[in-house]
Amino acid sequence: MGFRKFINSKTLLSFITAFMLLGTNLLMAQTEAAATTGGQTDAPQVDWTGVAYYVLLFFLVCLGVAVIGKILKIYDLTLKIQGKKGMKWNTVMAVICLVFLLAGIYGAYWSFTVQGSMTLPEAASEHGVKIDEMFTVTTVLTMIVFFITQILLFGFLFQYRHSDKRRAHFLPHNNTIEKIWTIAPAIVLTVLVVFGFFTWQKIMNTTDTKGDINIDITGHQFAWELRYPGKDGVLGPKDFRMVSAANKLGVNFKKRSSFDDLQVDTMYLPVNKSIRLNIQALDVIHSVYMPHFRVQLNAVPGLPTFFKFTPTITTAQMRTQLDDPKFEYLVYCNKICGGGHYNMQKVVRVVTEAEYQAWLSRQKPYLNDALRKELHFAAADQPKTESQNRLALNN
Amino acid sequence: MSTLAVHDHGVAHHDDHGHEHHHNQSFLSKYVFSMDHKMIAKQFLITGITMAVIAMILSILFRIQLAYPDKTFPLLTTLLGRFAPNGRISADFYLSLVTIHGTIMVFFVLTAGLSGTFANLLIPLQVGARDMASPFMNMLSYWFFFMASVVMLSSFLVQKGPASGGWTIYPPLSALPKAMPGSGEGMTLWLISMVMFVASSLMGGINYVSTVLNMRTKGMDLWKMPLTIWALFLTAILGILAFPVLVAGVVLLIFDRSFGTSFYLSDIVLNGVQQPYEGGSPILFQHLFWFLGHPEVYIVIMPAMGISSEVMSVNSRKPIFGYHAMVYSLIGITVLSFIVWGHHMFVTGMNPFLGGVFMITTLIIAVPSAVKTFNWLATLWRGNIRFTPAMLFAIGMVSFFISGGLTGIFLGNAALDINLHDTYFVVAHFHLVMGSAAIFGMLAGVYHWFPKMFGKMMDEKLGYLHFWLTFIGAYLVFFPMHFMGLDGVPRRYYAFTEFVSMQRWLTVNTFITWAAIMAACAQVAFLYNFITSIFIGKKATQNPWEANTLEWTTPVEHLHGNWPGEIPTVYRWPYDYSKPGAEEDYIPQTVPFSQTMSSNQAHDFEDNPKGLEELNKFNSTLKANEQVK
Repeated sequence: MGFRKFINSKTLLSFITAFMLLGTNLLMAQTEAAATTGGQTDAPQVDWTGVAYYVLLFFLVCLGVAVIGKILKIYDLTLKIQGKKGMKWNTVMAVICLVFLLAGIYGAYWSFTVQGSMTLPEAASEHGVKIDEMFTVTTVLTMIVFFITQILLFGFLFQYRHSDKRRAHFLPHNNTIEKIWTIAPAIVLTVLVVFGFFTWQKIMNTTDTKGDINIDITGHQFAWELRYPGKDGVLGPKDFRMVSAANKLGVNFKKRSSFDDLQVDTMYLPVNKSIRLNIQALDVIHSVYMPHFRVQLNAVPGLPTFFKFTPTITTAQMRTQLDDPKFEYLVYCNKICGGGHYNMQKVVRVVTEAEYQAWLSRQKPYLNDALRKELHFAAADQPKTESQNRLALNN
Repeated sequence: MSTLAVHDHGVAHHDDHGHEHHHNQSFLSKYVFSMDHKMIAKQFLITGITMAVIAMILSILFRIQLAYPDKTFPLLTTLLGRFAPNGRISADFYLSLVTIHGTIMVFFVLTAGLSGTFANLLIPLQVGARDMASPFMNMLSYWFFFMASVVMLSSFLVQKGPASGGWTIYPPLSALPKAMPGSGEGMTLWLISMVMFVASSLMGGINYVSTVLNMRTKGMDLWKMPLTIWALFLTAILGILAFPVLVAGVVLLIFDRSFGTSFYLSDIVLNGVQQPYEGGSPILFQHLFWFLGHPEVYIVIMPAMGISSEVMSVNSRKPIFGYHAMVYSLIGITVLSFIVWGHHMFVTGMNPFLGGVFMITTLIIAVPSAVKTFNWLATLWRGNIRFTPAMLFAIGMVSFFISGGLTGIFLGNAALDINLHDTYFVVAHFHLVMGSAAIFGMLAGVYHWFPKMFGKMMDEKLGYLHFWLTFIGAYLVFFPMHFMGLDGVPRRYYAFTEFVSMQRWLTVNTFITWAAIMAACAQVAFLYNFITSIFIGKKATQNPWEANTLEWTTPVEHLHGNWPGEIPTVYRWPYDYSKPGAEEDYIPQTVPFSQTMSSNQAHDFEDNPKGLEELNKFNSTLKANEQVK
């Protein structure tokens, strides 16, 4: 055994002395350094004692393991000298397998109850409820399989641990049982596929209907920009060539529908109204993720996409439900997009229709003064001339 | 028959040169530019382990950031310099760590380290060949892999740091050097490294396939091959078909980055500046990437499945249950893995109808996976289980494969994926099903074939310690992550401090980090065991596990050409363990049926009417004798 070389009093002693010396040396160096650089605090100092402490701790653990290994070895040898069989490692491992199984089942149960309760609250959208139903069904089915197979796996390990007295049962195959466990999962999966397929089609294959609220959400490094349509209910078209300092999204002001568009900071949604999120990105791929509504779709530059959903629970209702007065729905980025990826959020508020209208009337138009100046507009509603267009393009 | 031709050549070679030839090899040709498949396997293994340790350290670094986002560790500044200013890993470097951890683990450890090691070691030894079909190409394969590793690691030395767009390197993030620091030279190095890696993988793969198809020994028909060979063979086919598509994707990305094309780029305004790209599609890259990327996860897991099947059969002292079903499910997985790639792209803006189709194919692939799991369980049933470290790791592989595979049913369902995509649920899923499971398969292989590789035994007790700490550690790390995902916590976030709703996961993150550190420390037991056993391990016997396969008929001392005399002939399948009527509880493949009349069964002669006749004759005389008595 490899330990042998380490386990003799001399090397052990020298190891420990070496570490003690190292530790004290570092400690001294540390205090000295602290003394000399007393005034300067610009760069944080490395706490070498701490490092040495952990290294020492690790070596002590290794040492402990080595000692236990040695003891076991000696115990094993003594047994053999006495003419016994030596340690039955197969039995030891089989027992550990059983212990692991029991501890594992308890751990999984604990995790399900404690951490499982920390997961998202009920879906706050119409389609989300269907997704949650599917989720529950899938969870129940898979958990049954999970517990049965793991119990069988570790149970068999314990039950059929090695014994010199018997031989394994020669069983190369059994076509009947193999057919059963090919067909059974196939049937279960077919059921899941069929339901999943139709749910998915229903969620994604949406058509435009009158009365949808169009909201434009555009991702860039590292924020979301929101644009609401004005009174006409139509969002003006965009063109990335028209992006400028004041026209961040590149809204095309050749079209009349652009003129009354609103720029907003918080995404307000009226409850029980069909929302059509028009999703785009300016620079790299982002992902619009609104987990409470079970909404996610990537924002891809050059590929406008949309997601339709209907929020069903207002922020206020959710706050009372969760007993959390500070609760907010959020939209955040869920596709790696650069250094600021981890903080690209916007608040989403689901409100009643009346609150929504009141809020909407307070929002400022996208065509603000700076943009007007840039586009050389005298008045908001004045149609542009050819030359102004060109200027806009040059910007 | 080509088998015979090769075989004859090998024998002649031996007779002519004898042993001097081998002993006169220079250090360079024996250890460095070796063309012996066993040495190349060891080179792959040691490089793979080195890369694994590096990738593991990277993961500990970013785990520290996730556990203590507000704490400063001056030591990190000392170690990482500008990447960790003021004792905290920077956001950009965090993404680099995640990216390189993923890349190294998926490609360098679980593809090259796993397939490279065990295909090289086992294919010639288990099919009965003197070496690979093309030893020279085999050597090139290793050295390309080595260069790819060096280039990948060298990206830590460039000013702006390594690639940091995630291991999937989606453009435009990876295509625009100004989008993030890692998309500069670091990304260029990543791409160069990857092209070399694919070249290595292709040279290896072609070798594996041609060796399995052409160089099997007498009697070794396809249905007598061990499951390891089947798995490695199908893996190689997958690699040959899938990797070139990655190269195509990568080359187009290089064009976009360096030569101003717009394959993947369109309508981009970066930091307020319009970019001159039009007409490309970022989705195209995703299709090309995942056309490799999905088969890749099976490239990773199939060798682990093959190794586990073999190890579990040997140590349960039982034939693998449903050998044919195991092979057909491997073939099924191989074929299906090419038509499921879209399930990585349900919410990328791909046509929703395509999403539906990919969902159907994805859930179909769960069926062969389920069959394999049930067959493993049936293999253990009524076995006589020996707990070698290899066996424990094979069992761990099955356990992880179940746990991680089941969550695949959630993610493969497009409707559920809407809310789970790119969250920690995904992280938990793939780290269990392909990360931990494949690593455990690999470790099972290392423990099992270590005596074959180095002629020494590894220490069993340290193996036990290594197994339990790693096994428990991996579950502690990845199990809680499912619930984080269900709470909508996204992956690849530098810190969860900015979201009030995510701050309550901080304690869980700290717990996960400490579990990861424990599991990482456990690897020291393995490394110590591995390295010391090479030099001072107990000398191995020829067949330490009492296994049936051909590699255990070779002498313990390696020699070029594997068998000193003629290559043995194979008469039976590799899983005759605990056959009733046999003297021992194993019958090697090289034992003809004529020597085991008492244990033969009608089943053994399904396609051999003459043998069946002999068996009937034998049985009837046996009966007659008994009646006489």
